[in-house]
Amino acid sequence: MICDQCKERDAVVYLTKIVESAVTQLHLCEKCAAESGVETTIATPKHPLGDFLKAVQQQALVPSSEATRCAACGMTLKDFRATGRLGCARCYGAFEVSLRELLRRVHGNAHHAGRTYHGPQPAPWQRANSVRELRDRLKRAIESEAFEEAASLRDELRGLE
Amino acid sequence: MMLDLTLLPDGGVGWLDGSGESPDVVLSTRVRLARNVEGFAFTTRSRDGERLRVLAQVREAAGLTQVLRDAVTVRVDELVETDRQLLHERHLVSKELAGLDAQHPLRPGAAVLVGREVSVMVNEEDHLRLQSLVAGFAPERAWDAALALDRELGERVPFSFDREFGFLTACPTNTGTGMRASVLIHLPGLVLTKEISKVLAGLQQMGLTYRGLYGEGSEVVGNFFQISNQTTLGRSEEELLDHLARVVRHVVEREAEARRVLLRDAGYIIEDKVWRAFATLRHARMLSFDEAMNLLSGVRLAVGLKLIGGLSVYTLNKLLIFSQPAHLERLEGRSLSENEGLLARARYVRQVLASEAPQAG
Repeated sequence: MICDQCKERDAVVYLTKIVESAVTQLHLCEKCAAESGVETTIATPKHPLGDFLKAVQQQALVPSSEATRCAACGMTLKDFRATGRLGCARCYGAFEVSLRELLRRVHGNAHHAGRTYHGPQPAPWQRANSVRELRDRLKRAIESEAFEEAASLRDELRGLE
Repeated sequence: MMLDLTLLPDGGVGWLDGSGESPDVVLSTRVRLARNVEGFAFTTRSRDGERLRVLAQVREAAGLTQVLRDAVTVRVDELVETDRQLLHERHLVSKELAGLDAQHPLRPGAAVLVGREVSVMVNEEDHLRLQSLVAGFAPERAWDAALALDRELGERVPFSFDREFGFLTACPTNTGTGMRASVLIHLPGLVLTKEISKVLAGLQQMGLTYRGLYGEGSEVVGNFFQISNQTTLGRSEEELLDHLARVVRHVVEREAEARRVLLRDAGYIIEDKVWRAFATLRHARMLSFDEAMNLLSGVRLAVGLKLIGGLSVYTLNKLLIFSQPAHLERLEGRSLSENEGLLARARYVRQVLASEAPQAG
């Protein structure tokens, strides 16, 4: 396709402009695109924070299923776009869809491949308490003939012991 | 509260000793892991009370670990500005944690736990920034130290972790491993041969990034660069480290090649330049920090090329850290005006070179 502006070079940038409700489409070559102030990937300097902030700002579309506010800390997507910082660990769940897309753009991948973490192990006395409690519940479940519950309690106990 | 530096293990600057692989080119290797404590909003959104509870929880847990058992906790939020500056000059705290950055005022609960080769910044952008800092080019050693710290602390403090996204951090650029591994590297050869821009552009294509002496937002002075991984998600810690190590080895080779070219094509000019740098450091009466950095860079190059003998990498490293403004004020025991600072720096440098490198030549 030929550039809409200079009608000479090949168009490499496909620009969709939305002004009010009118949609116009332009096909531009690298040079005309740069002249009309459109940043292309080729013209944009490679800078980690720049890329990141651009990615944050470009995320104008919020999937309709997603919350706009984190229920745990009250952070909104707007706050996040302004600061580039999330409010708490729960924000990752609240803004999951947007974040997955953002992480993919920033890191080239959105899935953790590093070491896994299981959290602190319960102290021996805590484990002993749970075992005692589970045994009691198992006994009661068997007495009341709630066999399904008893089976799952037995599995849980085996796991702990 | 006055900061007593003698209490810190190795003064917090054990990495200055000039040991490790390629110590004249690679000053230090650092691994930092960003972690947040479950149950609290991230630092920038938490209340003072929450930050103090995070600190209390981490201090208690640290006392039960092997790695941090002897660590000293410094309440950064209780220090006067010069002392906070001093910790920053030793690379123990970031500008943000030290409250030296206009955008980030000092936060109640800001602290650093300083151990041997490892430290933990508390209530930085993330609740915890676990760090290891070792001399020379030693990615494996730095990683082992950081991992041991992470494991021990993570067994006692619950970290925010998600199976899909990994360790959850305030800024999505750190999500996943939360790891930033970096080397502080001296590249005068590449700067003088003007090869440096090519090398730096190459780094970025390979997913690495560079900064100045003090990390994010700092300027490049004295030909010192910090090279680190740019991404933290989608690859394992070992893969990220391995990649960094391979690229850094390549950069070290390019630097060596550049130095060979310089010596071959302009040996006498280089020799004249480094001797002038040495003479200025040895005899000047006033020195600005930037000038001292640039002169030290020249002398460091000379020591690497064996043009100047009788001067150790340790002495050069020491001058780099201890000739900074807050260190000079500590040495003089008072605050210094701009001119007094220039005089004090020149005096300190002369005195160190006279006592530690009397035979240099």
